[in-house]
Amino acid sequence: MIGSVEQALRARRDAGGSCLVPYVTGGLGDDWLDTARAVAAAGADAIEIGIPFSDPVMDGPTIQAANDRALAAGATPQSILDQLRDADLGIPAAVMTYGNIAYHMGWERFAQSLAAAGVAGCILPDVPLEETGPWTEAADAAGIETILLAAPTAPDSRLPRIVERSRGFVYGVGLLGITGVREALAASAVEIAGRLKTVTDLPVLVGVGIGTPAQAVEVSKVADGVVVGSAVVQRMLDGAGPEGVAELVAEFRQALDAK
Amino acid sequence: MTMTEPTAEGRFGDFGGMFVPETLVPACQELDRAFREAWADPSFRAELDHLLTTYAGRPSPLTECQNLSEALGCRILLKREDLNHTGSHKINNVLGQALLAKRMGKTRLVAETGAGQHGVATATAAALFGMDCIVYMGTVDIERQKLNVFRMQLLGAEVRPAESGSQTLKDAVNEAMRHWVSVVESTHYCLGSVMGPHPYPWMVREFHRVIGDESRQQCAELLDGGVPDVVVACVGGGSNAAGIFAGFADTDALLVGAEPAGGAAVGRAVPGIVHGSRSYLMQDEWGQVLEAESISAGLDYPGIGPEHAHLAATGRARYEPVTDAEVVEAFQLLARTEGIIPALESAHAIAWVSKCRDELRGKTVLINLSGRGDKDVNQMMDELG
Ligand SMILES: Cc1ncc(COP(=O)(O)O)c(C=O)c1O
Repeated sequence: MIGSVEQALRARRDAGGSCLVPYVTGGLGDDWLDTARAVAAAGADAIEIGIPFSDPVMDGPTIQAANDRALAAGATPQSILDQLRDADLGIPAAVMTYGNIAYHMGWERFAQSLAAAGVAGCILPDVPLEETGPWTEAADAAGIETILLAAPTAPDSRLPRIVERSRGFVYGVGLLGITGVREALAASAVEIAGRLKTVTDLPVLVGVGIGTPAQAVEVSKVADGVVVGSAVVQRMLDGAGPEGVAELVAEFRQALDAK
Repeated sequence: MTMTEPTAEGRFGDFGGMFVPETLVPACQELDRAFREAWADPSFRAELDHLLTTYAGRPSPLTECQNLSEALGCRILLKREDLNHTGSHKINNVLGQALLAKRMGKTRLVAETGAGQHGVATATAAALFGMDCIVYMGTVDIERQKLNVFRMQLLGAEVRPAESGSQTLKDAVNEAMRHWVSVVESTHYCLGSVMGPHPYPWMVREFHRVIGDESRQQCAELLDGGVPDVVVACVGGGSNAAGIFAGFADTDALLVGAEPAGGAAVGRAVPGIVHGSRSYLMQDEWGQVLEAESISAGLDYPGIGPEHAHLAATGRARYEPVTDAEVVEAFQLLARTEGIIPALESAHAIAWVSKCRDELRGKTVLINLSGRGDKDVNQMMDELG
């Protein structure tokens, strides 16, 4: 039994470490599941699996390209979940997709499909706090952790309401913008981590714009860890294969461990 | 029924809402507060009215079409939004939003555009108010609406190609939203139709309500206090339709939205969530958004504003498909009978009336002529040449 995202992240934090959650686009290449396994074995604490959507407004060019390629290859929410069911990743997985994928299947059916596939959590970046009610009701009933995002634009009064409704961890958005690797770490990354840490004991991870081990180390001085998306997906797009992607994840792991 | 405020959550019945990335939620909430305040502030209303009169050229006339009426066997009235400054209804909304953006202290406008009419209107307002302006436009549309691209550039706007997906209006919205996420503190997203997250569908309809209010009064004068039997408008996102419907929703008039057959969101009536709201949406069996296909760039959109989904679901309005071929015919029909070259978008409304002339025999039909066709002349030269 693999357990919840929150348990896995708390275990890492309680042991004095920093959490690492890489993102892998589901259905991207025939070997995406091998990549997910290799990423898990390279020291990830949990993994995000992207279910591609045609109109990903929170995503930059890298993840857009990954989405397009996976969709063109015929990936569907069901095919990705079917593959995940027998994947044996060894760490908890959270699905990241957009609201319409879940809504179209039906909030309840989608939540139950995730549970049936052994998925622990879910992130729907275009279903914010005000809209999440019908989804979280279904997710809670199916035992799925709904991870909410908290952005630098949120006033102080909003953050406690977000962390209260978030499960697994709270996802601090590292910058004003969409997913993608940036040259330098935005000041807002450390800032949002600090603001979240003062209002919650839930693990606080920062994602969006964390593209290098050095950036991960920098933000993890305040945050409990990081989500690494585009850097990982870029490797997949470049054809690095499971080992090549795992190598990158291992670099993040080592840097965080040496922090 | 009347077209009033949505719920506090931005719902029209089951439709609407605020389905945006968390980063944008505070901006949408701030916009909701700012719009409520401004709309209740007589000085804001006076300033906007002044601009609409002295700059945009309102009120737009109501034209009774003798020749077309004779040709089709019904009494046809045109609401002449084509005579507004910049050539379409889009200026009503843009002047409202630009004034609001200024009031909120924003210094930049970002917009999406399909046919380029909303982009031109936004670039125009930005020039007038001394604001920076970026317009996203699908690469397919940049090609078929070259004239408007150059107009935007003349007005000082930067036109950025949206190269993802179908490279049309849907993708321009995606790119505009992605850009807005990164500059939300300085920049107002000047959305061009009654779509997107709350408060846009409501706010944009209110800024276009002037079309319906004027028409109601003009019709009353012409029809001895009466209202037309039918009110018709083309529907992309649905802003010109929402504006004119708002003036007649509380009457017995039949309200009809003409959708392109290749982008008939209401025709298929499947609800979905994209671009900030829940509405009817063309999508595949997994919820992936489908690409619309229309001869007119301004209607080439797989969704529709949430209030229209509500009007359709409650039966207050009907939404009818017309084909590209019918549109091309209607485009020429209006030009030849009345000496008015309509926008291809507006020609959808004409096309529905022409197609349904038997059903409409003897009726009084008000058509919203949302824009003029200069921008489409090049495309039609290829089409007809
Ligand atoms: C003249 C004209 N009419 C209609 C539309 C469609 O927009 P809406 O459905 O919001 O009125 C456009 C959009 O570009 C347009 O240029």
